[in-house]
Amino acid sequence: MRWRYFKQNVFFLMVRGSALCIALAIGAFLLYIFYHGVGAISWSFLTEPPRDSMTKGGIMPAILGTFYLTLGAISVALPLGILSAVYLNEYAKQGPAVRIIRIGVNCLAGVPSIVFGLFGLGLFVVYLHFGSSIASGALTLGFLILPTIIGASEEALKGVPSTFREASLALGVSKWQTILRIVLPNALPGILTGSILGIGRAAGETAPIMFTAAAFFTPLLPRSIFDQVMALPYHVYVLATAGTRIEETRPIQYGTIVVLVALVLGIDLIAIFIRSWIRKRKRW
Amino acid sequence: MNRTLKEKIIKRIFFLFAIVSLFILGLIVVFLFMEGLPIFRTVSIRDFLFGMYWYPTSEPPEFGIRPLIVGSLVVTFFATVIAVPLGILSAIYISEIAPGAVKEIFKPVIELLAGLPSVVLGFFGMAVIAPWLQETFDLPTGLNIANASLVLAFMAVPTISSISEDALYSVPREFKEASYALGATKFETTVRVIVPAALSGISTAIILGMARAIGETMVVLMVAGGAAMIPESIFDSVRPMPASIAAEMGEAPFRSDHYHALFATGIVLFFLTLGFNLIADYVSNKFKEVGSGTL
Repeated sequence: MRWRYFKQNVFFLMVRGSALCIALAIGAFLLYIFYHGVGAISWSFLTEPPRDSMTKGGIMPAILGTFYLTLGAISVALPLGILSAVYLNEYAKQGPAVRIIRIGVNCLAGVPSIVFGLFGLGLFVVYLHFGSSIASGALTLGFLILPTIIGASEEALKGVPSTFREASLALGVSKWQTILRIVLPNALPGILTGSILGIGRAAGETAPIMFTAAAFFTPLLPRSIFDQVMALPYHVYVLATAGTRIEETRPIQYGTIVVLVALVLGIDLIAIFIRSWIRKRKRW
Repeated sequence: MNRTLKEKIIKRIFFLFAIVSLFILGLIVVFLFMEGLPIFRTVSIRDFLFGMYWYPTSEPPEFGIRPLIVGSLVVTFFATVIAVPLGILSAIYISEIAPGAVKEIFKPVIELLAGLPSVVLGFFGMAVIAPWLQETFDLPTGLNIANASLVLAFMAVPTISSISEDALYSVPREFKEASYALGATKFETTVRVIVPAALSGISTAIILGMARAIGETMVVLMVAGGAAMIPESIFDSVRPMPASIAAEMGEAPFRSDHYHALFATGIVLFFLTLGFNLIADYVSNKFKEVGSGTL
């Protein structure tokens, strides 16, 4: 008997240990980043362009570029994702066709981000002659986050009780009207939560925009969607690897990382809070 | 307009949007092949996949991606070795052991880890882990397999942990209760009853975690060291496929052999991860527990 509990204690120690190990690693990482980077953050850092081969000045063009790319990505992915999820959850009958579509969505979710980059380069930059631009980058990122949006929207649609649909249909309302007036409004908070997570993902990705949108440095702000932009994640990469004066750019490097991490984690935290809020106040 | 007709049309329209994902997947294949296949006019498929030397810019160039494939597999293997115990044990912690309040905090923390931009983790590997490895083990460089595997493991942990946790959570409560009723301890119940019942979900989690690691770009680009050679120890540098594509595409002249070779590397990477995802899909469907009566 004692031996059995001894084994149990050892096992629980390992389980708690690995949980602690993960928590500590995340904690140490965030502390390190913020400790080194917070000092660089100032109003001028956020609102000025880089100067003197990136050793001085700020990162405003990169912040703006990431904003444009993310906005473009979500405007591509959100409508496609919601419509796709409505079909899968409301219209489709279980069968081989739906099975294949689902496998397709899963496989798309698993495509490596660098392959999305190659695809964006081949299709948008070269074949459609968009060049390296906001348009190419936003479309590439939009396709990248599409599976996230579909998944989240499906989950939200599943959460709407079937009695809602039945009540509406029983009143003689058509299926389309039921979806538009009953199902979608009730699923909307969940769908938005999922899209926020998609936004966070799009804002942090580097590989898909390397060949499709991101510029090392642009002296001017973009004037159309066919201009190249700077972007926060790419800026982090450039400062980490391409600089000839790495020591002098380090403060700006850490500052950029803090802005990027705060942005992405902030977006994710908002989504997590909204989700737990929805779960608590659910009326059904 | 006739109402049933209208409904039918609307359904068709929704269907068109539903197959967009498949359409994009098809487009990816088309464009990878369109830009990648021309390399096989210069190099045979066999020499490309199994060639020992990747010297795309020397004269004459060599396009053998075996060192790149080996690089990818090696870092993925070691990342998996680190991430699997951490991921599964932390999933067991969340679903079986953690008190309510801790669980409420720990679950979002894992989600946040999943959301961290990979370029930032790559930077952390370069700026913090690399110098530490270099000093501790007295190495010429800290940018190597060990470093890349460690950082990749932390990227794979959230995938493995959250999918395993879903699987553990969905094991019917009757199983647990029956086991306790027979006098089993919590440890025995977890290891002999709950984990085996959730095994298909856990396997899916591991495969998807590996797929995540093999396709990850920024970390291996910044941390793996970039040497296109077959490694001999875990402190050697490697150049995994994504790193090679990301590092060289910017300099490869448009539609040169080098450019086509990088797209062809993308094809290999694409089908490798596609394979992982299809296996994961198969495993999760084949051994799905439909109800408590199916085991």
